[in-house]
Amino acid sequence: METLRLTINGETVESLIDPGTTLQRFLHDTLGMTGTKEGCGSGLCGCCTVRVDGKAVKSCLILALQVREKSVQTIEGLAHEETLDPVQKSFIENGAIQCGYCSAGMIMTSKALLEENPNPSEQEVRHALSGNLCRCTGYHKIVKAVLSAAGRQKQV
Amino acid sequence: MNTFEYFPAKTVKEACDLLSQYGEEAKILGGGQSLVTLMKQNLVSPSYLIDIKNISELNYIRYDDEDGLRIGALTTHRSLETSEIVRKKYAMLAEMERTLASVPVRNWGTVGGNLAHADPASDVAPTLMAFGAEVTLTGSDGERVVSLDDFFIDYFETALRSDELLTEIHVPKPGRGGGFYYKFAQRATDLAVVSVATYLTLKADHRDMCKDIRIVMGSVGPTPLRSKRGEDLFKGQTINDTLIEEAARLSAEDAQPTTDINGSEDYKREIIRVLVKRTIKEAAARASMT
Repeated sequence: METLRLTINGETVESLIDPGTTLQRFLHDTLGMTGTKEGCGSGLCGCCTVRVDGKAVKSCLILALQVREKSVQTIEGLAHEETLDPVQKSFIENGAIQCGYCSAGMIMTSKALLEENPNPSEQEVRHALSGNLCRCTGYHKIVKAVLSAAGRQKQV
Repeated sequence: MNTFEYFPAKTVKEACDLLSQYGEEAKILGGGQSLVTLMKQNLVSPSYLIDIKNISELNYIRYDDEDGLRIGALTTHRSLETSEIVRKKYAMLAEMERTLASVPVRNWGTVGGNLAHADPASDVAPTLMAFGAEVTLTGSDGERVVSLDDFFIDYFETALRSDELLTEIHVPKPGRGGGFYYKFAQRATDLAVVSVATYLTLKADHRDMCKDIRIVMGSVGPTPLRSKRGEDLFKGQTINDTLIEEAARLSAEDAQPTTDINGSEDYKREIIRVLVKRTIKEAAARASMT
């Protein structure tokens, strides 16, 4: 067992873990933060996307020990109290959620995109989301939600 | 995943010492975008895992007009893709990165890790080979430089000895040339069904003549494969459609693709033929603008 210390959604977390634990398993199983889901488990579907030091990554392909002392943001860290993040709001308003399994990953990838590029074109949104699969095939509304969230962030 | 002992190395020396101690029983973990998947499926089960991801001395992109480009092995794909100097001087390299998996994978996966993993479907390998790149392999006894042409030995096998670490990639200065990477894949984030990277330079006094060319095919056999006959046909010749057709035909003949879920051997050869044509044309067009 190894000691892992890191920051998750602004809070310091310390835990004793098996070195083979992926970041996704650590978040989901150890900490019970069930927003970060394992879909394919091999880096293709993007359901497990979280941000490490601001960058979107696939938590199912990263050993939790690799993010020692780093800062992780998950879907649970987006809303402030009762106020949802603009991207979350936009997904709801645009009906960009069907079964919901891919939504956390879609939203985390979109957050990272909009911070890097606050005013993306539709093409850029589609490129950024190419590593996130939606098996309900609801891509149109998801892309629309990201574009409208970009518009909303600009107004703020 | 089978159990293993985990060592986070802080320096190259520390990693090399651990490698000489544990040898074949150890695996190096960079970004792990391939290795972690294999370990989850128990296809690879090291007893000792040496995590080098946080060795900051291996994370850099340096350019010099004479020396060319030097990429630290732990540079992420995303850093290469977004580097201004890479985009300007080695456009094919940045463009190739845009076709590699997805942004989150590129944010964590490393260029050196991709090469050391030696997947024949690598996007990085044929592109760097087309530029004539070489890699530095570091062991406890010192380092050696190996051309990428000699680095790949078989499926997932390289010239790396069990106590060596891939530490740097050197890409020669670009010269007055143009390159183009074309990846054929089913979906945007998939591995290549087949791919071709072509880099060519033109003669200074005859701008319609090819001075040098490298045509490298990916996912057509155990290792990335140079189309030697296609290249020899082209060197020193005036570029025209007949020559391009012939080079493409020879390349397709020399490729060794295998039939799998992505397509039959014949189908892949036909795609290779088309991609070689397209990459030569685009590379020549780009070279003529330099």
